[in-house]
Amino acid sequence: MAEKAPLVVTDVHKKFNDLEVLKGVSLRAVKGDVISMIGSSGSGKSTFLRCINLLEIPTSGEIEVHGEQITFTTSRNGERKPADIKQVERMRSRLSMVFQSFNLWSHMTVLENIVEAPIHVLGVPKKEALESAERYLQKVGIWERRNYYPAQMSGGQQQRAAIARALAMEPDVMLFDEPTSALDPELVGEVLKVMRSLAEEGRTMIVVTHEMAFARDVSSQVVFLHQGKIEEQGSPDKVFNNPDSERVRQFLAPKY
Amino acid sequence: MIETLTTWLNQNKIFNVGTLEYYGDGLTVTVQLVFLSLLIGLVIAIPLGILRTSKNPWINKPIWLYTYIFRGTPLLIQLYLIYYGLPALPGVKDSFIWPLLANAFYPALLAFILNTAAYTTEIIRGAIQQTPQGEIEAAKAYGMSWWLSMRRIILPNAFRRALPAYSNEVIFMLHASAIASVVTIIDLTGAARYIYSKYYAPFEAFTFVAMIYLCLTFTIIYIFKRLEHKLMAHLRPVGS
Repeated sequence: MAEKAPLVVTDVHKKFNDLEVLKGVSLRAVKGDVISMIGSSGSGKSTFLRCINLLEIPTSGEIEVHGEQITFTTSRNGERKPADIKQVERMRSRLSMVFQSFNLWSHMTVLENIVEAPIHVLGVPKKEALESAERYLQKVGIWERRNYYPAQMSGGQQQRAAIARALAMEPDVMLFDEPTSALDPELVGEVLKVMRSLAEEGRTMIVVTHEMAFARDVSSQVVFLHQGKIEEQGSPDKVFNNPDSERVRQFLAPKY
Repeated sequence: MIETLTTWLNQNKIFNVGTLEYYGDGLTVTVQLVFLSLLIGLVIAIPLGILRTSKNPWINKPIWLYTYIFRGTPLLIQLYLIYYGLPALPGVKDSFIWPLLANAFYPALLAFILNTAAYTTEIIRGAIQQTPQGEIEAAKAYGMSWWLSMRRIILPNAFRRALPAYSNEVIFMLHASAIASVVTIIDLTGAARYIYSKYYAPFEAFTFVAMIYLCLTFTIIYIFKRLEHKLMAHLRPVGS
């Protein structure tokens, strides 16, 4: 294969004290993949996503971004930590994350939020950053709100602003951490619509979600996590229509 | 208008041009003392406030001890210790700092700086610690280094939150500066005391100086209100 996979995660374990949340999860995303991670609460989906960009440090396991492996070392108190924080920062700037609670920077306008990291982390010239920010704002449909502060917008608009912020980094992989879970049902649609259009553009995305319709229709791959392990993995058709696992069947069965 | 003022001044035996000049000089000293101590105190307090949030006890404990002592004792005692106490230490009178300590202005300035820096450090620490965790996490997730996220996200966020508490600190320092007069400094209060004793007119002398303090306080409040209005735009509803 000529091109290196944008993201390869190998056998990630994560322990919080004695509680093992992830018990060896591996994932490989090739360019254009849309991988949906589903499973019940507490199955480790979000923790796994946060391990990818090292917001949580995996207890063991490897992460490779475009063939570059993150190096780890052991700190004095015996905890695993990244050996080179600069490497981690560089890697994070190529994997942009969309959070459940948006996490826009509250003292900045939408436009300022979007150009912040491109200018100060990537070193993009201001003029260029502003131009692409406007383009992405149009794309997510909140260009008229560019001078609003986050607190002045609805949740759906804030999440779309957060997606524009993620796009402005021109990331290799976009990580979505339950992007619609904090939204009321009426606003979920507008965010999913934007995400669907991103998937159609061929962006590489890893989406932790409870939106089964999105996972079924948009993903190239569905991963079902159960108690910190991959219970079932494959094409949406396979996972949704013909799963091997009884647990997945239960999870997907109509509840009422 | 000017004529009536002049006539009034001429008929008035206390508030003549001489005493007004005296008050004027006192005002200059008060403003210098307060402005310099706040400015230098703030410059010291920002790094201390940041370091105070460090998880390393070797860094945060000494700063905690400093703020604990200076917030836990009266400013007057701190001033006495620096003005009367320091020169009594062996060797101080022979050292290069003695010429500075001999003039009452500098010991007072030092006491005020140390005092306001202690309070401001805690204000900044509190504001930094209240920064929404998610915003810090987003800064991390977008590849910002510790210093970049401090400079671009945490501090701008914290300063806005610290503004109301800090405006109280500024007013507190203005009022506390009155105690400079007990170590022979002729600040506003010092001037009022002098005029009181010269004319034996306590009511006039102190009412007048109280009014000047009041004007200064309202000016400070006005400035901070404007600042808050500007910097807190992100918390106001659209269009207001």
